[in-house]
Formats: sequence, structure tokens, C-alpha cells
Amino acid sequence: MTFEVLNMSLALPEMFMLAMACTILMVVAFLGKNSAKMAYVLSQLTLAVTAILIYQSFGDSGVTFDGTYIKDAFSDVLKLTICVINIAVLLYSTSYLKDRGLFKGEYYVLAIFSTLGMMIMVSAAHFLTIYLGLELMSLCMYAMVAMHRDSMISTEAAMKYFILGALASGMLLYGMSIIYGVTGNLEIAMVAQVIQAGSLDNTVLSFGLVFLVIGIGFKLGAVPFHMWLPDVYHGAPTAVTLFIATAPKIAAFAMTIRLLVDGLGDVQQHWQGMLIMLSVLSMIIGNVVAIAQANLKRMLAYSTISHIGFILLGILSGSQEGYAASMFYALVYSIMSLGAFGMIILMSRQGFEADNIDDYKGLSSRSPWYALMMLILMFSMAGIPPLVGFYAKLTVIKSIVDINLISVAIVAVMMSVIGAYYYLRIIKVMYFDKPIEQEELQAPTDMRVMISVNGLTVLALGVFPGSLLAVCASVFY
Amino acid sequence: MAIEQIIFYCFAGVLLFAASMVITVRNPVRAALFLILAFFTSAGIWLLLEAEFLAMTLVLVYVGAVMVLFLFVVMMLDIDLAPLQEGFAKYLPLGILVAALITIEMIAVLGASHFGLDLVAAPIPHAADYSNTKEIGLLLYTVYVYPFEIASVILTVAIVAAITLTLREKKSKSQNISEQVKVRREDRVRMVKMDAVKPEINEHQESKS
Repeated sequence: MTFEVLNMSLALPEMFMLAMACTILMVVAFLGKNSAKMAYVLSQLTLAVTAILIYQSFGDSGVTFDGTYIKDAFSDVLKLTICVINIAVLLYSTSYLKDRGLFKGEYYVLAIFSTLGMMIMVSAAHFLTIYLGLELMSLCMYAMVAMHRDSMISTEAAMKYFILGALASGMLLYGMSIIYGVTGNLEIAMVAQVIQAGSLDNTVLSFGLVFLVIGIGFKLGAVPFHMWLPDVYHGAPTAVTLFIATAPKIAAFAMTIRLLVDGLGDVQQHWQGMLIMLSVLSMIIGNVVAIAQANLKRMLAYSTISHIGFILLGILSGSQEGYAASMFYALVYSIMSLGAFGMIILMSRQGFEADNIDDYKGLSSRSPWYALMMLILMFSMAGIPPLVGFYAKLTVIKSIVDINLISVAIVAVMMSVIGAYYYLRIIKVMYFDKPIEQEELQAPTDMRVMISVNGLTVLALGVFPGSLLAVCASVFY
Repeated sequence: MAIEQIIFYCFAGVLLFAASMVITVRNPVRAALFLILAFFTSAGIWLLLEAEFLAMTLVLVYVGAVMVLFLFVVMMLDIDLAPLQEGFAKYLPLGILVAALITIEMIAVLGASHFGLDLVAAPIPHAADYSNTKEIGLLLYTVYVYPFEIASVILTVAIVAAITLTLREKKSKSQNISEQVKVRREDRVRMVKMDAVKPEINEHQESKS
């Protein structure tokens, strides 16, 4: 038996992150009570160095670990974004966690392990790695949602998240096992090859595919598998909501592309119909139900569902342009929701969650700059022209018009008009209503700087969307 | 009908019966015991597939360790079943409809027309000296080393998460041996002189509590 030395250098970012996660765990275990600050600094350092490692290895590509790990332009871009977004997420969360007694080393250990899970998912070339990465990511997130033990609503949210997440994993695994049964392969590239060669049992293949799509739908939070999403977003501490609403969506998007496009791209006509249903329902239910919400976190949860509908539009188009468009949408969405949930944290203080829409009354007279940032984020989510949300919506809708799904495009446009209502309502509340309280914002400086950077990034990307669009396009051509 | 088929149908029948009993019996201890039966029968089916190592692991790990733990938990927790069964009748029609639909679809797809022995051949029987365990070990530490490592990370996270959620005491539980050695009698024991009298019972407090 010959032993081939593996090319492990391709997986350097993951290995570094794992080593650092274990180091942070040890530091937390031995420093005891005062370890949180240290863990925070080390986590930020880990994310930054990992981002640098990924950036430096741009351009290298290959498959290693016997076809279980893949490094390509797609994974590089997404992993870099995940690291950068998580740096911002951890920066936003510190003051919130401190105020609520959640500023503990374990939080950061779990956050880093979860990020590792996301990176494994993005770089997976094998059904097993996708599943294990997903479990690693989700397991950390279940624990993070449950960390606020004294809050009844957090515990309930964690319970719902855990049970539905386990159910979704079960569906996904069942689909994978059926596809393994019919193709005889677990490696995504080999599965694609076997399907391309034809002579497969199409009934069984579509049967497995249905379960895969259900699992993906659950993880993305697409209607009708969205029930957990508003409750979890609402119930989790806002810092954790911020964490689960941003980077994991990028990882889930990567999982969708790996499974449906890379693996089952040749049976695109089978999954296109399913995705059209998920996408149209998500856009309709997400946008319509969001109108009725008085809680900002719940409203943003329904808005997430509608954004997922838009992301699916690009994927279902089955064209390179469509995949690039939905990747652009996923990246932009995570930046926008980073800002929106960041604002909720910025507004909150000890004993005050700032998650009701009424809490934003008259924000413009209290602090005009942050009201302006919120205005930019809300306009961008609504898809109003000079901002980046507009280009995201434009490119995905263009990709389905190109394949002559005009009726779906009409639904998408109508729903984004309906969606504009509830985003504009926040702006109306901030600018035209009388403030209820005059309390100063208590956020620390780094957070104020971060939210400004975040808002201005959305504006800058809106004015110059070309470079990010080009990056997304270059990944798929 | 070959002997293997008879054995398979016996095991499969008992497995289905046990699995449906797990979710329908009212007593959680019985449910756990039926789950053990389900594990045993699926181990039997795996043996038929010549996956001896996996069958033994299933019995040793799941039946021997996990289910015993499960039984302990079930016996120690006072589970009130009434609220769990609320709304059972309300959701029953919808549940039956969904279950029936899925079952019909699964029978249509997973039957002999798509997975018959002529389409998917049975595994070739190996010689008696063939070691299943060795083959799994060889694959696990070479081809599947990356997934294997990720699985170990998941287990680490599981224990970190469990400790984070359950260990709520403020002070650390680590030992300080020099402190323990230096301890004097006065630090630990306090002599209290008091008369041997029965404390008066406060009537008012008694009724309150």
C-alpha cells in the first residue's frame, strides 16, 4: 500500500483556526474568571490572521484530503467574508454581552468553533464534510442561543432551534444517503460525473433531491420551512441574533451551491421547480407578515425570509450570471443585516433591549448621525437606487428575466414594493415622530466607529458596485 | 425464500413494531426499552450486511451506554405527560395525512422496482478471515481523516457547550493543594456552647409556611 502525503497547506486557514480555538479554550480554562477579555482579544486576532492567510493564498486551488476538501476562488471569497463579518460581529457584541452578564470566555470559544464550521462547509467537496461542518456550526449556535439561562424566551428559542435544526439535519442526511444509494458516491465531483454519464434511476434521484432541498430550505429559513426563524431571532440575545443572522447565511448559501449546482447541476430542471416554489412563497410571506410586526428583531427576521427568497431566485435561474447574482446578494445581505442588528445593539443598554420599533421614535433628533446610518441600511434593504441593496435585487431579477420566468420576476418586484413599506416605516418613525425618551446613546467608541463604517460601506458599495460584482462573477466563470 | 430473507423480514418487522411503540407508548421508561429493542434489531440487520463491527458498536455504545444513561434520566426526571399529549387529537388528522403521503411516496420509490436485488446486488460474502474492523480502521485514518478530525472537533464543542450551559457556579472548582495542606482546625470547626433546649415553635410562622 502506498501512502501519498496530503497537501495540507491548502487547508492552512482551517488548521490555524482550529489550533487557535483550542488555545483559547485552554486560556479560558486556566485563567478562569478574568479570561473573557483575553478570549475576546485572541478571537479577534484569530479571525484577523485567518483572513490574512486566506487573502494571501488567493489564486491557489485544488482538492485535498482524498476529495473531501476543496479550495477554489468561490471558497476563498466566501471564507474571507465570513472572517471579516465575524470580526465586526464580535466587535458589536462586547458591550451588549458585558451589560447582561454574558461576557464569558466560552462565548468566544463557541463563536470561533462555529466560524470554523462555516469555513469547513464552504470548503466542502464531500457530502460528509458538508454535513459535519453544518453540525459543528449549528451545535455552537444552539449553545450560544441558550447561553442567557435566566431568560425564559432564550431557552425556548434555543429549544425550538435545536429540535428543528436536528430535524433538518435528518432530512439532509436522508437525502444524501438516497443520492449515495443511487450514484454510489459521496464526493460531490464524482456524484456530478455519475449523473452526467446518465443511465441513472431518475425517480430515486429526484426522491433524494426532495429531501436535500427540504434540508437546505430549513437551514436557509425559506418558506414553508421558516417557522423557527422569527422565534429564534426574537428570543436569542441580540448579540447572538447578530451572529446567526449574518455569516451562517453565507455558509448556507455555499452549501446550497455545492449541493445543487456542483453536485446535482445536471438535474437542474428537477430542482428548479422546487426552488421557484420556495422562493416565491418566501418573498410573499416574508414581506407581508413583516408589515404586521411591532418588534424590530421579528420584523428583520421576516425580512430575512424575504431576502432568502431573492437569493434563491438567482440560484434557480441555473445560469452562471444567476449564481454570481445570488452570491452578490448573499454577501450584501449579510453586510446589511450586520448593520441593522448592530444598530439594535447600539441603541440598547443595560436593562433595555431597544427591539421595539417604537424605541426608535425621534432618533433623528437624539442622534442624527446614527439615524442617518439606519436610514441608509433600511433604504438599502428596501432596494432603493443609490444603495447596494438595489443592485443586489436588480441582478437577481435580471437573471430570471434572462431565462424567461417573467411571472416570477413580476412577483419579486411587487414584493419588494410591499417590502419597502415596512422599511420606510422605520425611517418615518425615526424622522417624523416625537422622541419618547431623551437618553443619550451609551455605546463605546469602537462600536460607533464600526456602525459608521458599516453604513458607509453599504453606501460606497451602492455607488461603486462594480468591483464586488466583478469578484462574484469571476468566481463562476 | 432463502434463510437470509426470512431473518431479514423477522428483524425488519420487529424493528418497525419497536420503533412505532417508542413514539406511541405512554410510559417513557417503556419507550426507552422499546428503543433498546429497536437498536438490537437494527444491529441484527447490519450483521446480515456483514457490517459486524458497526453492529457490535451499536449494541455496545447505544444499548450499553447511551440507553442506560437515557433510562437514568427518564427515571430521575418527573415528566408530566399531560401537557405533552395536549392537542394530540387536534393535530392527528393533519399528521396522519402527511405521514400517509410520505409513506405512499416512499413505498413507490423505495420498493423492489427501484432497489430490487437485480438492480442493487447484495454484497459479496467474504471469507471467514476477512476483518471488517481492520478495513474500517484503514479507511477511517487515511481516506476519511479530515471528516474524522471534524467529528472530534464536534465532540469537543459538545462538551464545551454542555459545561457552559450547566456549570453556573461563580467560583472555580479547581483544587488548591497548598491551601488544603495548610488548613488548621480553627478554620473548619467552630465550637458552639449552647444549652440543650427545645426551640419554641412559633405558631404564626408554622401556619404561614
